Amino acid sequence: MGNTSSMLTQYDIEEVQEHCNHAFSQQEIVSLYHRFCQLDRSGGGFISADEFLSVPEFAVNPLSQRLLRMLDGLNFKEFVAFLSAFSSRTTLQQKIEFIFRVYDLDGNGKVSCNDVLSVLRDLTGSFMSEQQRQKVLNHVLEEVGYTKDSSLVLSDFIKILGNSDLKMEVEVPID
Amino acid sequence: MVELRSSSSEMDLDRPNIEEYLTTDSIQESPKKLHLRDLLDISPTLTEATGAIVDDSFTRCFKSNPPEPWNWNVYLFPLWCLGVIIRYGILFPLRVAILTAGWLVFFAAFIPVHFLLTAHNKWRRKIERKLVEMICSVFVASWTGVVKYHGPRPSMRPQQVFVANHTSMIDFIILEQMTAFAVIMQKHPGWVGFIQKTILEGVGCIWFNRTESKDREVVARKLREHIHGADNNPLLIFPEGTCVNNHYTVMFKKGAFELGCAVCPVAIKYNKIFVDAFWNSKKQSFTMHLFHLMTSWAVVCDVWYLEPQYIRPGETPIEFAERVRDMISVRAGLKKVPWDGYLKYFRPSPKLTERKQQIFAESVLQRLEEK
Repeated sequence: MGNTSSMLTQYDIEEVQEHCNHAFSQQEIVSLYHRFCQLDRSGGGFISADEFLSVPEFAVNPLSQRLLRMLDGLNFKEFVAFLSAFSSRTTLQQKIEFIFRVYDLDGNGKVSCNDVLSVLRDLTGSFMSEQQRQKVLNHVLEEVGYTKDSSLVLSDFIKILGNSDLKMEVEVPID
Repeated sequence: MVELRSSSSEMDLDRPNIEEYLTTDSIQESPKKLHLRDLLDISPTLTEATGAIVDDSFTRCFKSNPPEPWNWNVYLFPLWCLGVIIRYGILFPLRVAILTAGWLVFFAAFIPVHFLLTAHNKWRRKIERKLVEMICSVFVASWTGVVKYHGPRPSMRPQQVFVANHTSMIDFIILEQMTAFAVIMQKHPGWVGFIQKTILEGVGCIWFNRTESKDREVVARKLREHIHGADNNPLLIFPEGTCVNNHYTVMFKKGAFELGCAVCPVAIKYNKIFVDAFWNSKKQSFTMHLFHLMTSWAVVCDVWYLEPQYIRPGETPIEFAERVRDMISVRAGLKKVPWDGYLKYFRPSPKLTERKQQIFAESVLQRLEEK
């Protein structure tokens, strides 16, 4: 899959589709490929953190630094796989798995209280004190019978978020 | 009082001012009791971030559109080839010749006038002004510019400033051939910089470097001085501060709108039938851009001089700038985006992130109270 040419063969597209569990149609993949090439200004075959941050709407997102750690150095196939969590064809469970991965940055399969706190820190910045964050977390954990020493695994996440209506869909523009 | 106002405008002249455009529509509905589920559900923020990765309005503003190929069949292909031969083989050399002749005449007249007529300042300026208009017409002729001007031609009056949307440096040439505007522009390197320094200073143009905050203060001062001189050329500002692809307008810098004088909007719309006039300065040097224009059939565009606008009582300079941007966008058929064009060169201010954090934190705290 050369990055210099902007043409994808059917094989390339199918390979990418395979990799993302058919979360995107062929046309959507072509669109995403154009977008990928547009963002990859240096033409290195991956989008650097700096290139991601050149999109202001992304740069102002409170979770951008956290997401960058997942996005850094992805090639096109991995990039599409990353985005597949936001496709309308992806199951709720896969979406929750994605959220879990955002929390579980070290990838040990467990989300500790500290992980949740650090996401909360990203989201609230200086507008909540550390104590307030602790208090909020303790409050909601107690309510469902967890303590601050317990850690959450994926099945806990599915249990907690499974019956809420997650609206996690991004439409890929096709031109 | 005047002093006070001017010093604050000097400070804010070019500061990105998007904060003032943000709405608070992302505030949650009526507060409900906070559950663990609500805290863990970060999907809105993630969706927003991914949405921006997939498509964002800012990048769209600076996307150059590749020309539509029309050489796709057996009869059209030879015609297209013939076109290429004519454009590159005949039109281009002819245009280079015109341009060269234009420059020769220009320098032959400009140098003696500039250095010998120093005693007759008024005359010298008048001739220099005419010469600059002439060389700009030569430039327009060198891409067979078909420019339609609508509305009254600007005249020299104090207390007015012209603002236009910005697509390429040729905007300036197209406007300059009708009226010798004094323009505020980014300093450029190379031969463009040379022309800026030697010639255009004669018509009162002001140069600055967008990365130097010191320059901005100097510009703000010069700007005010210029406005009040009765004998000065009309002032032209491209308040977007950067070239946009003529499908969108980015936010206007408010500097031009707090001078307290009449603001005359100018809308420029290019017809992309032969060539895309957008100068993508990150990808293309200005020389290449000109080459591109000079090898096309023609540059077709419309220029509208719109009615002068005054700041309304109680209106802030930003509201005023937005109103004028509205007028220009409607006239030229451009879409507005709430971004500062300088984000091409700078990262957005952390204030924007902080605003989002504040909204989230407040909603969490509020819901925590609801026990």
